[in-house]
Amino acid sequence: MTVMQHTPSTSGALIDFSAHASSLEVRDFALRYGDKPALSNLTLRVPRHRVTAFIGPSGCGKSTLLRALNRLHDLNESVSREGSIHLEGQDIHAPEMMVAELRRRVGMVFQVPNPFPMSIYDNVAFGLRLQGRMPKRRVDDVVEWALRSAALWDEVKDRLRASAWSLSGGQQQRLVIARTLAVGPEVLLLDEPASALDPISSLKVEELIRNLKSTLTLVLVTHNMQQAARVSDYTAFLQDGELVEYGPTDTLFTNPRLARTENYITGRMA
Amino acid sequence: MHHWQRSKRKSAGEGPWAWLAAGSVATSLALLALLLGLLAVRGLGHFWPADVALVTLDDGRQLAGRAVKEAPLPGREARERLYRDGNRDVDGDIWEWVALERIQDIAHPEDLVVLERRRWGEFIGRLVAIETASGERFSGDAAWPALKERLAVVEDGRRQIAQLREETIQPLVRRVEAGQASAEDRAALASAQSQVNARQAALPDDTLVLESVGGRSLRQPLTDVVRALQPNAMGPVDKLATWGQGVWRFLSEGPRAANTAGGVWPAIFGTVLMVVLMSIFVMPFGVLAAVYLNEVAHQGRLIRWVRIGVRNLAGVPSIVYGVFGLGVFVYGIGGHLDDWFFASRLPSPTFGTGGLLWASLTLALLTLPVVIVATEEGLARIPESQREGALALGATRTEMLWRVVLPMAMPAMLTGVILAVARAAGEVAPLMLVGVAKMAPQVPLDGEFPFLHLDRKFMHLGYHIFDAAFRSGDVQAAMPLIYATALLLVVVILVLNLTAIFLRHYLRGRHGTLPH
Repeated sequence: MTVMQHTPSTSGALIDFSAHASSLEVRDFALRYGDKPALSNLTLRVPRHRVTAFIGPSGCGKSTLLRALNRLHDLNESVSREGSIHLEGQDIHAPEMMVAELRRRVGMVFQVPNPFPMSIYDNVAFGLRLQGRMPKRRVDDVVEWALRSAALWDEVKDRLRASAWSLSGGQQQRLVIARTLAVGPEVLLLDEPASALDPISSLKVEELIRNLKSTLTLVLVTHNMQQAARVSDYTAFLQDGELVEYGPTDTLFTNPRLARTENYITGRMA
Repeated sequence: MHHWQRSKRKSAGEGPWAWLAAGSVATSLALLALLLGLLAVRGLGHFWPADVALVTLDDGRQLAGRAVKEAPLPGREARERLYRDGNRDVDGDIWEWVALERIQDIAHPEDLVVLERRRWGEFIGRLVAIETASGERFSGDAAWPALKERLAVVEDGRRQIAQLREETIQPLVRRVEAGQASAEDRAALASAQSQVNARQAALPDDTLVLESVGGRSLRQPLTDVVRALQPNAMGPVDKLATWGQGVWRFLSEGPRAANTAGGVWPAIFGTVLMVVLMSIFVMPFGVLAAVYLNEVAHQGRLIRWVRIGVRNLAGVPSIVYGVFGLGVFVYGIGGHLDDWFFASRLPSPTFGTGGLLWASLTLALLTLPVVIVATEEGLARIPESQREGALALGATRTEMLWRVVLPMAMPAMLTGVILAVARAAGEVAPLMLVGVAKMAPQVPLDGEFPFLHLDRKFMHLGYHIFDAAFRSGDVQAAMPLIYATALLLVVVILVLNLTAIFLRHYLRGRHGTLPH
């Protein structure tokens, strides 16, 4: 393990990001649930305006890492951490970093669609309204823009006042993405966003992810190897709370440097 | 998915257990139907102007009345029947037992009249004549129409007097009692009083000449008569109209004759107002406590103990809350309020005695655990993903609570209030200590500032039942009214609950139910 840390391929810092600098940087990060270590010695950089996928077996810590990126662990008192995470060079745990502000900048979409029990319109406007009063015209504009960005506008434009829970699962997930986009995040974290959806809805969400990277940095946690290969530009393979291998997706999938990675990708897990 | 669950449950429910369970449900429903049926028949039947039987006995004696029940004669193969024949002022009581074998003839002559009176209860017998103060006399066939006509005049005058009393005199009297009356108030009071006296004197001072079927005659002032009927001469439509009128009077008028006759309007109003006030008090406290327990507090051992404590509070007997309310609210807080703000009225207490406010607060305390538990369960059912979704959009914990969690928990809170209302509306024991009154014809909400009189005593349907059943002189006479009041109490609680249930349904229906 100590050896691997000095292996060039495991260190995100050494991936060539010259074309696009990193948006998020994780430095020597470790996290424990009570006495149980969940993440240890993680260092990686997430390139701006690219899709980065976290893959790995269940319990490897990929979702834990994702949730650390917008401090959702703050709610859990038993969680302790070491190391630091930087968003555009700013330490997200710094005292001057407001956690609500951080979460607006680093949005998150969850595995199971979680629209609020409100109308479609109110769901999308929810985050905006948190930021204070705003002219109705402006809210209307942002809602429309967000729904268009999430490729949902044409399906719901005639029933914006209908309950969000009347939508199908795939539509709900795109609604949740629209809701997150409406507050104007820089980074979008997606925690297995398509795993609860049928194949067609799943493909729609994947297409949406590819389209969004022109303006956003996306981080995707997935169990689905094909999905990671189809959607992401970079892939990080995690196992037992450690970063095993990190590199451009096509390299990692076609020519993994380590046997552990190859075993996992090809399905030969111990 | 749903189909699979259903078929599984069905297979688990077959066999003797299913029959046992279904039998228990059927028994419970049958008992409930029996209860409501009994209350409805006995209670609502009281207002039906039943035919009056003229019974001739073997010795030639006659009596007129309505059969109430039959019972076997002790030691013999015979039965006797109880007639309610009224005429307390003539016979000394209103009941008569008659052995069935002694009855020679039962008839229903149309000329029998039933008079409802302010004193002495019902009169059943014949109307001989009506004599006016000016010396006119209507007798024979002219007597009955004349009685109806004069009675309408009396009723009208009485209504005006009651209105004058309630709207003008009562507020002035209260001001005088509170020591706040000005000279003008006193003058106004005196003039209103003399107006009432004048109206009272202007009521037709007629006298009815009556005769019981037993042959005793009686002179009855018309002003004491509330209602006059000839039930045997009435068709079904007339009877139905009279029945409706009777029910309406029961619902809209105040009680008479030491709560054994008349209506229960003040008690209905008091019950509903107290329950509404209680809900207003208990909601914020219960919800805030539940939010603290479930959302804010560190889930450690202390909170676990607090939670167990709250659940156990729900099992404390209500009379204990009554004692607490009397000691803390009435004598403690109320006594101090009187010392500080109403010292001019002492020694007569304002808040230092039982009243609407203290009764509502005591019941709010009593139902607090119910609301806390229901709300907490509702909060616990809200998926973590909803909370995280709100936080991930940049909401603070407070914003998350207000905008997502509490709206979603609203149906659960209303469930808590429904349970609280169901418990509180039927409570009598604690109320007896903290503010219910046997007789309080003035409802605690009126046009006089400050409109809602939290310090006043109030009437309550539950206590009214207790009072009429155990404290009145003639329980047998009050019995039908007790049944009617009990039915009404059930209906009032049902209406209060239905209101909350519809509200909950509306809140749920707006955006669908929680995903499971």
